[in-house]
This record gives sequence, C-alpha cells and structure tokens, in this order.
Amino acid sequence: MDRLAAFGRLGMSVIASLGRSGRFLVGALAGVPRPSVGFPLLLKQLYSVGVLSLAIIVVSGLFIGMVLGLQGYTILSDYGSEAAIGQMIALTLVRELGPVVTALLFAGRAGSALTAEIGLMKATEQLSSMEMMGVDPLRRVIAPRLWAGFISVPVLAAVFSVVGIWGGMLVGVEWLGVFEGSFWGNMQSSVSFTADVLNGVVKSLVFGFVCTWIAVYQGYDCVPTSAGISAATTKTVVYSSLAVLGLDFVLTAVMFGDF
Amino acid sequence: MDTSPYIELRDVVFNRGNRRIFDGVSLDIPRGRITAIMGPSGTGKTTLLRLIGGQLKPDSGSVVVAGENVPQLKRKALYRLREKMGMLFQSGALFTDLSVFENVAFPLRVHTTLPEDMIRDIVLMKLEAVGLRGARDLMPAELSGGMTRRVALARSIALDPELIMYDEPFTGQDPIAMGVLVKLIRDLNSTMGLTSVLVSHDVPESLSICHYACIVADGRIIGDGTPEELRAHPSEQVQQFLRGHPDGPVPFHYPAADAAQDWSVAGRGD
Repeated sequence: MDRLAAFGRLGMSVIASLGRSGRFLVGALAGVPRPSVGFPLLLKQLYSVGVLSLAIIVVSGLFIGMVLGLQGYTILSDYGSEAAIGQMIALTLVRELGPVVTALLFAGRAGSALTAEIGLMKATEQLSSMEMMGVDPLRRVIAPRLWAGFISVPVLAAVFSVVGIWGGMLVGVEWLGVFEGSFWGNMQSSVSFTADVLNGVVKSLVFGFVCTWIAVYQGYDCVPTSAGISAATTKTVVYSSLAVLGLDFVLTAVMFGDF
Repeated sequence: MDTSPYIELRDVVFNRGNRRIFDGVSLDIPRGRITAIMGPSGTGKTTLLRLIGGQLKPDSGSVVVAGENVPQLKRKALYRLREKMGMLFQSGALFTDLSVFENVAFPLRVHTTLPEDMIRDIVLMKLEAVGLRGARDLMPAELSGGMTRRVALARSIALDPELIMYDEPFTGQDPIAMGVLVKLIRDLNSTMGLTSVLVSHDVPESLSICHYACIVADGRIIGDGTPEELRAHPSEQVQQFLRGHPDGPVPFHYPAADAAQDWSVAGRGD
C-alpha cells in the first residue's frame, strides 16, 4: 500500500513538473520583443549555443563519416557492391546519425551549459533581481536561449551530415579506392530530397526543440544550490538523451515504417 | 506632504509547504522614512520583501503598495509597479556577464528610450552617488563584497524609484564597508525622498539609521515603534533580540526529543 502511494506521489510530481514546464514554455515564447531589443540577445545566444558547438560537431561528423566509410566498405565488399558505399553513408547520416548524434552532442555541449548558466543566475538572485527591475526573465533570459537552440540544432545537424559524407568520401574514395563517379552518382540517384533530407530536417527540428526546452527548463526550475545545479545539469543530459533516442524511434516508425 | 503609509500589510498569512511563515501580520510602512524590519534568521524577513515586491503571493490578507493591491495585480501592472521599486539583494545580484557600467545602465536601457549620451550621464551620476564612478569598467567578479553592494545600489536607484528595499545590506561586511552603506542608505533616503525598507538582523546599525522599526518572530510582529520605544519595550522577547541574550523566550535549544531518550539512559536496569 505504501508503495502504491509512493508511486502515486511520483506520478503526481511528474505531471506537475510537466505542467510547470509547459506553462514555462508558453510564458517564454508568448511575448515577441521589439526587434531592436530581441535581435542582439538572440545573436549573442546563437553564437554561444550554435557557433561554439561547431567544433565538436565538425570533428564528430568527420570521424563518424570516416568510420561509416570503413565499416561500409568492409560489409559491402563481401557482396562486391562497394560502389554503393556513397549511398549507404549518405542515407545513414541524413536519416539517422546526423539529427540524432547532433542532438546528443548538443545536449552535452550546449544543453548542460544552458542549464548551469541559468541555474547559477537563479542561485545568485540575478533572475529575481531582474524581476524586481520590472523585466521578465522568461522573456529576457529564457526566450532568446530557446530560439537559439531551436535554430542551431537543425543547422548543426546539416553541417554534421555534410562533413560526415565528406569524411566517408575521404576513406572510401581517397583511401580505399572506390570509383568517385559511382560514389557520388549512387548517392545522387538514391537519396530523395523529400523522403530522406526533409525527414531528417524534421527530426532535427524536433530534437532541437526538445533538447533546448529540457535544458532551459531544468536550469530555471532547479534548486538554487550547488547540489541542485549539478543535479539539474545531469538531468538535462540524461533526459535529453533519452528523449532524443525515444523520439527518434517514434519518428522513424512514422516516417519510414510503412512498407 | 502625503502622510498616508506607502505600504500597508493587513492580516497577511503565508505558508511555505506545511510551515506557517506569517500568521496574520499587519504593518504600515510610512512614506519617505527608513523602516527597519528586524528579527532572528529564518523568520521570513526576506519573504516579507518578496511579498511586497509581488514575487510571492500571500495565502490571505492584502499587501497594498502605493495604493495598489499587489497580489491582485495582473502581470503587466505588476511589472509597471516594480519600476517604482528598487531592491538591493543580499548577494548584490549583479549580472555577471555585464560590466559595472552596463549593470547600472541595464534598467535604463530596458525601460527608457533615452539616447546613449544621456544614459551615460545618468549612470555616471548614480555611480558617483555611491562613490564608484572610477570603477565603471570593472567586471562584477573584480569587485569586493562592499563594492558589489554599492554597484547594486546604484543600479536599483537608476530609475529613481519611490521605494527601495534592502535585504540584509550589512551581512558579511567589514566595518568600513558597513559604515559606507549606513551613510549611503541615510543619504539616499534624505536626498531622494525615498521610502526605504531595511531588512536586517544587525541591531545597532539598523537602529542607528531607521526612523521606525519592527521585530518579526514566530510569524508575527512582536514589537514595533521608534528605536527609543523599542529599547524601552516591555516584552522579554524583544529585549532578548535587541541585547542578544543566548537564552530566553527564544530558546537556546532547537526543539528535540527528551534528552534521556536520546542517550537511552532511561529504563535501563528496570
């Protein structure tokens, strides 16, 4: 009976937290600021969330592309079809690895930073003092970070896929000697813009939305102590990763599931 | 001059979780004066400021500031009312990513459309008032604790508020910084005609500058009046707080189980 009650309480707190995060999202996105005020804030966040994440995205994309090239060549050459390696690399990256790995890296690199920054602003009463100055921190602090995340992740995912394909080409064509014409030709004829590229973009939009929302909310809702901030940062990475992987399955089933 | 109180609290009840913080607090804060709210730590003095600023809502009772009932205000009206309030937080709460100058300029940039050279003049005036015009280019991390509070003070008077609330301004300050803050609070009050509310447990400093003081304990006001009236207050609890006796109506021991039980000496050998 006690266990049942504890389970109920857990359920209630999860639902309450979901409700709070929903209201938080609406509050942050409701007001559209004057462009002269909002735009510089957004630019600053785009830089710290997006541009500064470029390095890890480019390096990871390159290595993942190269690994795909090696593994793909090993498997495909068994069937004598190593010419299809370009198509395999491109489809894997554009449909799956681009959006998913980018979102996971984003949660670790930028999401945790967002949580820690906002949590610390809360702990040092910066958010409170903003409120007392008649400035809504949801609009001033939270909204630009949310938008920056929503915009950055799809762009980063695109960069990831492009660099990954280039990395795969380095290994497949330059090193292992697959004919360059069939590498690019097979890719061009088999990757469909709507079915593959656009679906990948939709995925990265969804992941960007979820990851940023989780990161910013965890920071805003954290217990304002050092232990609370560290717990919130951990939650950001764990929840974001689980959400991305779970949603990826759902989205894949919807997009590519009808045989 | 308008003599009606600037802030009126009536029968304010406030609970945090299952703990009752305020149990029917009524208080008038006079206009243009310095009012000190004193009390032991953990009695909800800061909570009182947050109720006045509308960051928290009381469970019942009314909080009227400048003629407006704060808990019932809509978001927009509340934010407009807050432009008339300044608050000095215990930590200073400066924005760590902005320089001293930009911190003080922040409220001006957000709430006014003044041209840049006028913002500069105002910011330098405010910094001059707290004696830190020369520190304008420093970052908050480079400031000492006392300087941080002075910059925060300059920021909270940037919009020329009617009310300024100080949350524990003296805590953790060296004697010189404390003297500077005492002087600043007094000077700002008289030169700008501000209504000042000071929350503190530093008795001598607070009593030396306030016109009116009240002592909060156990969720209610146990004594109020001018500093002279308080010093002669008949209540033992008030006297214990003002003189800092370790034991008295506020007990030295946190409520605990029977001592015999904790050391399990009772019943042995029965």
